[in-house]
Amino acid sequence: MAETPLDGTATGQSRPVGLHGVAADWASDQRAFKSVSWGKAMMWIFLLSDTFIFGCFLLAYMTARMSTTVPWPNASEVFALHIGGVEMPLILIAIMTFVLISSSGSMAMAVNFAYRRNRRATVTLLLLTAFLGATFVGMQAFEWTKLITEGVRPWGNPWGAAQFGSSFFMITGFHGTHVTFGVIFLLIVARKVWRGDYDDDGARGFFTSRRGDYEQVEIMGLYWHFVDLVWVFIFAFFYLW
Amino acid sequence: MVDATPHAEQGVPPAETPELELYHPKGWWTTYVFSQDAKVIAIQYSGTALAIGLVALVLSWLMRLQLGFPGTFDFITPEAYYQFMTMHGMIMVIYLLTALFLGGFGNYLIPLMVGARDMVFPYVNMLSYWIYLLAVLVLVASFFAPGGPTGAGWTLYPPQAILSGTPGGQGAGIILMLVSLILFIIGFTMGGLNYVVTVVQGRTRGMTLMRMPLTVWGIFTATVMALLAFPALFVACVMMLFDRLLGTSFFMPALVEMGQLMSYGGGSPILFQHLFWFFGHPEVYIVALPAFGIVSDLISTHARKNIFGYRMMVWAIIIIGALSFVVWAHHMYVSGMHPWFGFFFATTTLIIAIPTAIKVYNWVLTLWRGDIHLTLPMLFSLAFIVTFVNGGLTGLFLGNVVVDVPLSDTMFVVAHFHMVMGVAPVLVVFGAIYHWYPKITGRMLNEAMGQFHFWVTFVGAYAIFFPMHYVGLVGVPRRYPELGDVAFVADSVHSLNAFITIAALIVGFAQMVFLFNLVWSLRYGREAGGNPWRATSLEWQTPTTPPPHGNWGAARPIVYRWAYDYSVPGAPEDFIAQNDPGPQHRGAV
Repeated sequence: MAETPLDGTATGQSRPVGLHGVAADWASDQRAFKSVSWGKAMMWIFLLSDTFIFGCFLLAYMTARMSTTVPWPNASEVFALHIGGVEMPLILIAIMTFVLISSSGSMAMAVNFAYRRNRRATVTLLLLTAFLGATFVGMQAFEWTKLITEGVRPWGNPWGAAQFGSSFFMITGFHGTHVTFGVIFLLIVARKVWRGDYDDDGARGFFTSRRGDYEQVEIMGLYWHFVDLVWVFIFAFFYLW
Repeated sequence: MVDATPHAEQGVPPAETPELELYHPKGWWTTYVFSQDAKVIAIQYSGTALAIGLVALVLSWLMRLQLGFPGTFDFITPEAYYQFMTMHGMIMVIYLLTALFLGGFGNYLIPLMVGARDMVFPYVNMLSYWIYLLAVLVLVASFFAPGGPTGAGWTLYPPQAILSGTPGGQGAGIILMLVSLILFIIGFTMGGLNYVVTVVQGRTRGMTLMRMPLTVWGIFTATVMALLAFPALFVACVMMLFDRLLGTSFFMPALVEMGQLMSYGGGSPILFQHLFWFFGHPEVYIVALPAFGIVSDLISTHARKNIFGYRMMVWAIIIIGALSFVVWAHHMYVSGMHPWFGFFFATTTLIIAIPTAIKVYNWVLTLWRGDIHLTLPMLFSLAFIVTFVNGGLTGLFLGNVVVDVPLSDTMFVVAHFHMVMGVAPVLVVFGAIYHWYPKITGRMLNEAMGQFHFWVTFVGAYAIFFPMHYVGLVGVPRRYPELGDVAFVADSVHSLNAFITIAALIVGFAQMVFLFNLVWSLRYGREAGGNPWRATSLEWQTPTTPPPHGNWGAARPIVYRWAYDYSVPGAPEDFIAQNDPGPQHRGAV
């Protein structure tokens, strides 16, 4: 990744590479991460903190699952759909996972086009990402509805340990909230790109209080990829286990 | 020898980041209320924290009145006692100390000490304060909720925290407590991200990490820890809220209440304890590390001597911070744990004594043959060292499983943690306020009132907590509103309890003198000038006092040296400021 200096003041300075470079950067003044802007650093640290939240949720779920004396409902049966007379285990979850991972791809392309200052392509891809995210949340709503009509509640379910429903609604709900917020912010960023707020002479405002820079799209992308990555862990630990 | 030589001749690297474009307030509201200036936010944080801390102080008086003179005060029922105790603990640890050290001192000192104009994202910083205020208001609201605030103990252990027999468990008390904590964590995260990024990415030219004052190191490390520890509390609060509101059973086992089998079942109360203490133990050091850092700077400044072993001090802070994440279960020795886990957590706990002892030795060695000025900040710092050593030594008792088991849940534990994370950090808070008040207001705090405040607080704190160790050793359990006529409780315990209560009331009233001093000196204090302590760090070198919005006037300072150049041989004065380029360049830059 090339340097992204904020105003070009530090470009052209030669710096040591490898571990020596890391040591030199941490021993230097002003910035420990030489190619990282404030906003990006802040997002990375926030995501680290958020990782601990999801980590605690998942660990709590695993503890509950391992210590329960009642059998745990079989995920592949619970999350199966009856399509065309065939019982298809985990089919909806597979589609949801596919949709969300595809949205990470469109997000990455949006970041690429943003740095090329191709506003039209960036907006299109951001809107596509938001659409895929919204689709994911929609399918999650469908899944919740299906389980609720089958009698799954946070405090109990027909098949076994009550903690199944509790953990399911809590973890997927918390993740779904993250996706929903992501979709909202994707729409905000898309609107700003569309209006050209990130151009050098763009309007100032919320999220654009600093001199225009398409890095905001990349920071948005960091969050989006994180939400995607968390889903992979939820998928593995909740649905596949 | 640490980097103390001027580097002006080697040249200062060019600026890497452009000037922060500040939001300039347009009127009274955006200058003093919805301000984005870290210094105003710091004062807002401190004022709110001190105000809610005053509530917790009054609650402690009420508890002591009950313990010292049981049966005398009709309005202090056992239920009320538990509510006082819970609110006292939670307010003191989180809403006072955490908010004051990180939100208060962090906001004021970090940008000034690293030579920044402000926090990197002032708007988010402002939101942090307002969400904190909301959290405090929600907490206060629980006093007026039906059933009153929660009385579950400040650790909020389930199952009793959400059972209807616990004060506040049936009404809104516990719900408001959990909501308030969740809000606090959200608000803190907004501020904490700012503090970390400002230190890592927002320093001025020449300010390397190893030239930062230890105050910044302490607050910075504590903030990183808080960002990683608060998530566990957040998750625990969310899950308990679901247990209470939705009837889930994360923490609730099957149990019978008032002869009725409850609908809960299969949950693990121990899981909550793990989550709580994974936050709770780092929290101890979130409060302690800023105190460590601040006291290092106070001692060095007021002993006119460079801090002993600066690099060791920095690494000790970092190692303590890292180790504090792997010791949490030493709070759970009696909760039921595999003995090997007890062995592991006892070992890690005792290992922390090593970096901590290094810090104590270095403070003492800084004082050794120093030019000690017994100013108020110095007095409080000395008191801190003594108190911290006392509290730390009893920590060694409690860290060992076999010694802890009989001492667990006695007043000995209460005495221990009040000494080590109550009194000791609060002494630093006072020392720091006496030290930086002149920078914040331009006036010195009144010395006579300060001396009175110091001696009553210091001697009084010992009068309160020293006898409490004994009370605990003879087996008096904590969290009992009344002891009654029990054979194992000696008569001396009753007289000591009355003595402690009187001491606590006196110490409490001494704090009123301190608060009065804060207000009185604002108007009548002696003019301080820009650098009354003749200190080296950057906050004392601002062009005007109090520092203006943006801190530095036209240009940010350039740093040439560490923050501890006191009594340098051959220097014209007994301190050299961090932005002093050195003799051959003085006046040239």
